[in-house]
Amino acid sequence: MINIFEVTETNKMVEQENLDVRTITMGINLLDCASDNLSEVNEKIYKKITSLAKDLVSTGNDIEKEFGVPIVNKRISITPISLVGAAACKTPQDYVTIAKTLDRAAHTVGVNFIGGYSAIVSKGMTKSDELLIRSIPEAMASTELICSSVNVGSTKTGINMDAVRLMGHIIKETAEYTKSDDSLGCAKLVVLCNAPDDNPFMAGAFHGVSEDDAVINVGVSGPGVVKYALESVRGESFEVLCETIKKTAFKITRVGQLVAQEASRRLGIPFGIIDLSLAPTPAVGDSVADILEEIGLEHAGAPGTTAALALLNDQVKKGGVMASSYVGGLSGAFIPVSEDQGMINAVNAGALTIEKLEAMTCVCSVGLDMIAVPGDTKPETLSGIIADEAAIGMVNQKTTAVRIIPVIGKGVGETVEFGGLLGYAPIMPVNSFDCSAFVNRKGRIPAPIHSFKN
Amino acid sequence: MKKCVITVVGKDTVGIIAKVCTYLAETGINILDISQTIVSGYFNMMMIVDMTSPSKSYDDVISDLDKLGEEIGVLIKCQREEIFDMMHRI
Repeated sequence: MINIFEVTETNKMVEQENLDVRTITMGINLLDCASDNLSEVNEKIYKKITSLAKDLVSTGNDIEKEFGVPIVNKRISITPISLVGAAACKTPQDYVTIAKTLDRAAHTVGVNFIGGYSAIVSKGMTKSDELLIRSIPEAMASTELICSSVNVGSTKTGINMDAVRLMGHIIKETAEYTKSDDSLGCAKLVVLCNAPDDNPFMAGAFHGVSEDDAVINVGVSGPGVVKYALESVRGESFEVLCETIKKTAFKITRVGQLVAQEASRRLGIPFGIIDLSLAPTPAVGDSVADILEEIGLEHAGAPGTTAALALLNDQVKKGGVMASSYVGGLSGAFIPVSEDQGMINAVNAGALTIEKLEAMTCVCSVGLDMIAVPGDTKPETLSGIIADEAAIGMVNQKTTAVRIIPVIGKGVGETVEFGGLLGYAPIMPVNSFDCSAFVNRKGRIPAPIHSFKN
Repeated sequence: MKKCVITVVGKDTVGIIAKVCTYLAETGINILDISQTIVSGYFNMMMIVDMTSPSKSYDDVISDLDKLGEEIGVLIKCQREEIFDMMHRI
């Protein structure tokens, strides 16, 4: 039988170390909402989401209360809208009507984000993909709870540089459209390479075409718990360090597994996967950068950071895999700058640059995440950054992403406030040397060779 | 059987167990196991209880225990046992 010390340990994780389940995300297939009549598409989408997800938030709240573990977010991911709207949408504005419908549905069921205003263009772009992409700036400006993503490459197909070039302009335009809110629209827009079909985390969540009609995916968290556990092994060997991370990750993931099973049972929707990512929040003590410091770095970004992060990410997976029946999604430590107080401190201290962040993404996380850059950054430069990050993903057979915010009207040294879970960020300098002749080439980068690995 | 774990943490005082147990008895909740320690003046108790057929809803029990905790000056939590089992047992 459970003893008092085990009970105290669990409750201490929740009360003092910010243990929580970061998100229950319900994936919903919308392919059956397709039609060549736009108002019919809108109506079907609204109906399907509001009927399938009507109990999502209340179920999450009940589980939270009964088990005593906070469930921070309840969210929805949907089939990429470029597929659902293909037959009905003839202009970008047609797509915006779907965005507004999704926003209305999200408000009705009470979720805090809905992801899947997306296009998968890793090799080529259909007319409807392009229309959706071109509608993103207006869609982001006229909705509140929509997250958008565009997958521009994969290990199997190479990188669609036409899409990369377009996304540089779309990000800039989205920033302009939402400049009165510090270009907040870009915080809900991510460009991916090797995007997974079952990611429960925003902004890159969508419900892939390989999935069930509806599915429950859960994202666990708990950087604070790992950090506190490591405080007790200061100065110990790597063996002890790694064992401690693994054991802690196991415990954290078990909570996610329980919540996922319970939510799946109560909602009558199959359980998909647990995403093993360590996801920070702006709250003090809930930071991935703090773990890196605890491992032995003065600040995230110091020499040794990439190695420490590689170790951390691998041990989290090793511990978490056994704790869950199905693991998927992104499953890598997140290092979003604005959402992690330790990362913000590192930028302010001058320890962390975009180039170091890019190196860190080779071994973990999903990429350059929530990075604020000067508003006058050129679209071609943004495309260059996206291409670099996509290349890392393509060659290393991993997911990578860029969620970058050119904050219109602000420059290096200023701070931008996004609010809530999105946090705040110091604006980081960008290498300003020109890459436009490179990104303006047409076509795509071929898929990489998969042998002769060195 | 629907097992739950009730934890009581706070400054030690007379009658904590009595008050909690009285409430549980009145609500039809059977106590299966109690363990208790005092660490540097702080009272730390864990009860495993059977919540199969309480006379009130789970929500009400939680908020009643919250209120009772406030009256006594301790923190009372009631959670389903599975969370601890999942975390600490393979």
